Amino acid sequence: MYDFNFQSASSIDDAAARLSAAEDGTVMAGGQTLIPVLKQRLAKPSDVISLAGAGLSGITNNGDSVTIGAMTTHAEVAASTDVPAVLRSVAEGIGDAQVRNRGTLGGSLANNDPAADYPAAALGLGATITTNQRDIAADDFFTGMFETALNDGEIIKSVTFPNAAKAAYAKFPNPASRYALVGVFVAQAADGVRVAVTGATDHARRGPRMEKALSDNWSRDALDGVTLPVEHMNSDIHGSAEYRAHLVIVMGKRAVAAAG
Amino acid sequence: MAENGIGASVKRKEDNRFLTGKGNYTDDINRPGQTYAVLVRSPHAHATINSINTSAAKAAAGVVGVFVGQDLVDDGIGGLICGMAVAGKGGEVAKMPPRNVLTIDKARFVGDPVAVVIAETLAQAKDGAELVDVDYSELPSVVSTSGADKPGAPLLHEEVPDNLSLDWEFGDAAAVDAAFASAHKVAEIELVNNRMVTNPMEPRAAIGEYNSGTDETTLYLTSQNPHVHRLVMSAFMNIAPEHKFRVVSPDVGGGFGSKVFTYNEEAVCAWAAKKLNRPVKWTCDRTEAFLCDAHGRDHVTKAEMALDENGKFLALRVTSHSNMGAYLQLFSVSISTLFHAFLLAGQYTTPAIYVEMKAVMTNTAPVDAARGAGRPEATYLLERLVDVSATEMGMDPAEIRKINFIKSEQMPYQTPVVHVYDSGDYHASMDKALADSDYGGFSSRKADAEARGKKRGIGLSAYIEACGVAPSAAVGQLGGGVGLWESAQVRFNPTGGVTVFTGAHSHGQGHETAFAQLITERLGVPFEQVEVVHGDTDKGQFGMGTYGSRSLPVGGVAIANACDKIIAKGKKIAAHTLEAAEDDIEFGDGNFTVAGTDKAMNIAEVAFTAYVPHNYPEGVEPGLDEIAFFDPLNFSFPAGAHVCEVEVDPETGTVEIVRYTAIDDFGTLVNPMIVEGQVHGGLAHGIGQALLEGCVYDEDSGQLVTGSFMDYCMPRADDLPSFDVDYTSTVPEHNPLGVKGCGEAGAIAAPPAVINAIANALGVKHVEMPATPEAVWRAAQSIS
Repeated sequence: MYDFNFQSASSIDDAAARLSAAEDGTVMAGGQTLIPVLKQRLAKPSDVISLAGAGLSGITNNGDSVTIGAMTTHAEVAASTDVPAVLRSVAEGIGDAQVRNRGTLGGSLANNDPAADYPAAALGLGATITTNQRDIAADDFFTGMFETALNDGEIIKSVTFPNAAKAAYAKFPNPASRYALVGVFVAQAADGVRVAVTGATDHARRGPRMEKALSDNWSRDALDGVTLPVEHMNSDIHGSAEYRAHLVIVMGKRAVAAAG
Repeated sequence: MAENGIGASVKRKEDNRFLTGKGNYTDDINRPGQTYAVLVRSPHAHATINSINTSAAKAAAGVVGVFVGQDLVDDGIGGLICGMAVAGKGGEVAKMPPRNVLTIDKARFVGDPVAVVIAETLAQAKDGAELVDVDYSELPSVVSTSGADKPGAPLLHEEVPDNLSLDWEFGDAAAVDAAFASAHKVAEIELVNNRMVTNPMEPRAAIGEYNSGTDETTLYLTSQNPHVHRLVMSAFMNIAPEHKFRVVSPDVGGGFGSKVFTYNEEAVCAWAAKKLNRPVKWTCDRTEAFLCDAHGRDHVTKAEMALDENGKFLALRVTSHSNMGAYLQLFSVSISTLFHAFLLAGQYTTPAIYVEMKAVMTNTAPVDAARGAGRPEATYLLERLVDVSATEMGMDPAEIRKINFIKSEQMPYQTPVVHVYDSGDYHASMDKALADSDYGGFSSRKADAEARGKKRGIGLSAYIEACGVAPSAAVGQLGGGVGLWESAQVRFNPTGGVTVFTGAHSHGQGHETAFAQLITERLGVPFEQVEVVHGDTDKGQFGMGTYGSRSLPVGGVAIANACDKIIAKGKKIAAHTLEAAEDDIEFGDGNFTVAGTDKAMNIAEVAFTAYVPHNYPEGVEPGLDEIAFFDPLNFSFPAGAHVCEVEVDPETGTVEIVRYTAIDDFGTLVNPMIVEGQVHGGLAHGIGQALLEGCVYDEDSGQLVTGSFMDYCMPRADDLPSFDVDYTSTVPEHNPLGVKGCGEAGAIAAPPAVINAIANALGVKHVEMPATPEAVWRAAQSIS
């Protein structure tokens, strides 16, 4: 780890101000990705600005949606009765107990790891990401591997997940990292059927072919015969592109079955 | 049985400090004036070193020293050695290329250390290391085990043509050829024994310290064998003379073989401490451990079995490559030859066996002994081949094993591959394993799984291993540079407590408890009054350390023999005090008694008398403190039968182990709870190899792909079932305690049991390890 200035922000605006004043600063949410990166000297920020004291955690059930503060930990989401069961199960399946106690919703979305779980949930439920500057639809948020629509100095404040008539997430974990080798989120959302896939491509994406099939026929059998663009799938020692494409269908079916 | 004696599941003494955070590991130790070392490592798999510019690093804040390989050479420091001069075809001894502590001419694997930066703080040392400018010219690399000796492969060492360190064979090739020519059927299999990274929980660490007043060097080190470390570093590396060199190996958090060997970093710390006259500390991080700890396994093998019309094994032929990595480690070439081939009879009467092993060098981390060391590789190929043979013959896997088993009445049994098995009842362990696992009821469980969309399979593994290494004469004949006896000192203190100095080293095995139980059993001293000391060359006599499941079968016997000397001397003292003839003194339950009387003296009283010899037998030395060295007459041959039952999800290829039955014969159990823990750990290791763990290098770049736990999959608790563990027992007569080693059995037995179960579930011939979901899914696709 290289030396850096550690700062603690008292609010989201304070964080933004500190960030803009820093030479090459970064904000830290739960630190579950940032800290390992720093320890391996793979990043050299001048300042690390912690959001822990910025008052960004908390869960509000709005009746037809739930708003979760960016600094709310996975463990808090998993334990909250204000959160729909499908989101609780997503949170409960992230990492291990230590990660869930420190890692946050906002940190996960802003990091946009190609195998993270929350991006699939945000896409699958058609969430809205609220920042210190604006609201961003999840469909517009994830732009590339570890890249998002967030501007410099833009910090996630909260995320609002609309309720869905039916929804489920089926994850096939990478045996080593327990990230999603493939994770499929399916939902009968307010704006129609949504399918979001993580782990399979450069970042979590919606699955239009699966959405079409399930819109026509909400059943696991509807996914039989859906072909996926194998050429866009990730391939590594844990799973070839062909295997991942196969798993997307299998996990999609299991998600549909679980959603009922 | 004495209370807390042999056979009692006494809770481990050492766990009090381990579970309350009071353990004292090498990295917990800090010496006054300590500095920190960081190694500069090659980022390339194979590269010529044109120059190393250290000037910027030397000028960096806090840096107190920057050294390259030539600096150590100039100080007369020798290179790292291989201690096993194994002879191959034509008597040609393995080619052992020299290895400098810091490589000078070339880097030969990613992580090969080329320089060291030592600074006041760890951060300053890391900063300094980034400033060392090494000018490399990259060279083509080779990482392939089966491809390293092919024409045109990049050459690692001028001294090793074709990268072939050792071309080794053993056995009667003509007899094997003849058996194959007349065989009813031949079963064959090609398989890979996957490379593993041992990953003990505690990474390696070292602190060198030099006392200029006494000219003594101390090395605190994560070592499984501190005396051997001192010996090698003194005799071959010229770090310091043995009598001026202390190696302290305090609490050590797991070894699995990887902490047996002499490594570059510890030599650097010991040498630089004197050079700088400052303590020098190095603690391995996990990335370095993946890159530079000795790896295990890595064979590519073809195995064939000749069978007669009844399914009897006529002959076994094995042709194989094994990967030594970029340099030979301390034992390396012996592991894939002697420790592998001599186990290929397994539990069977196979009369003719021929093995050819080509030990090759590649641009990868060195490979050496890892839990089981050669025996897992032998057991895996044999037990897989036996299942293939059963399929060829249309026989049940249990039946073909039973008709080929050596019978208990044939013991001792001379195998065609050197070893003479001393004891064992393989039918008994198999019968118990089949009964305990309800082998007969498998078909109904399979049908039930089928109804749930799962494919259920059952797999057997009948393993034997040779551990308790080893008779010194045998080691010498095979090219070893040491004797493999063990030592013990049993010291009574004047007030009756006992301090035991053992040459074995505990890094998780529970010696402080099990060895205390031996003392309690033999001498009748209360368990709480026994302290076991190990891991410091300044405390106690020379010892050979712990590996190859040798601590109890070899080191335990040394303790028992020292106890016998204590009793013999105690009888003289008691006879004098009790005014009886020495021959009339009997010893039992801690008391010396005059036979046929109630006149008695407790051993604590005898100890006090020995140290306060006011009224004392003539010609007897004061004190009660005895040393024994024990050189075993044979290896120890634990064996058993394991049954694994799996359910495969054919849609995803996920394998769940739903039942695992382990029946092991370890002879007499000193502490059954510790033994069961060792079995559990071994099984986790073996199941990890079968399903999860695989060390992967990129074929083109030679980069380590599995360089962290994100990609290298260690087994977790939820990957494993609740194990059914039980025992049979046959007692080896040559071992005075009747014990056998237990630490490696699970790692040896489990891999073929798991893969046999998967092959059985899918109805396929073979699935390579690790049987990842994708590999299993593809195998399932191949038959659907």
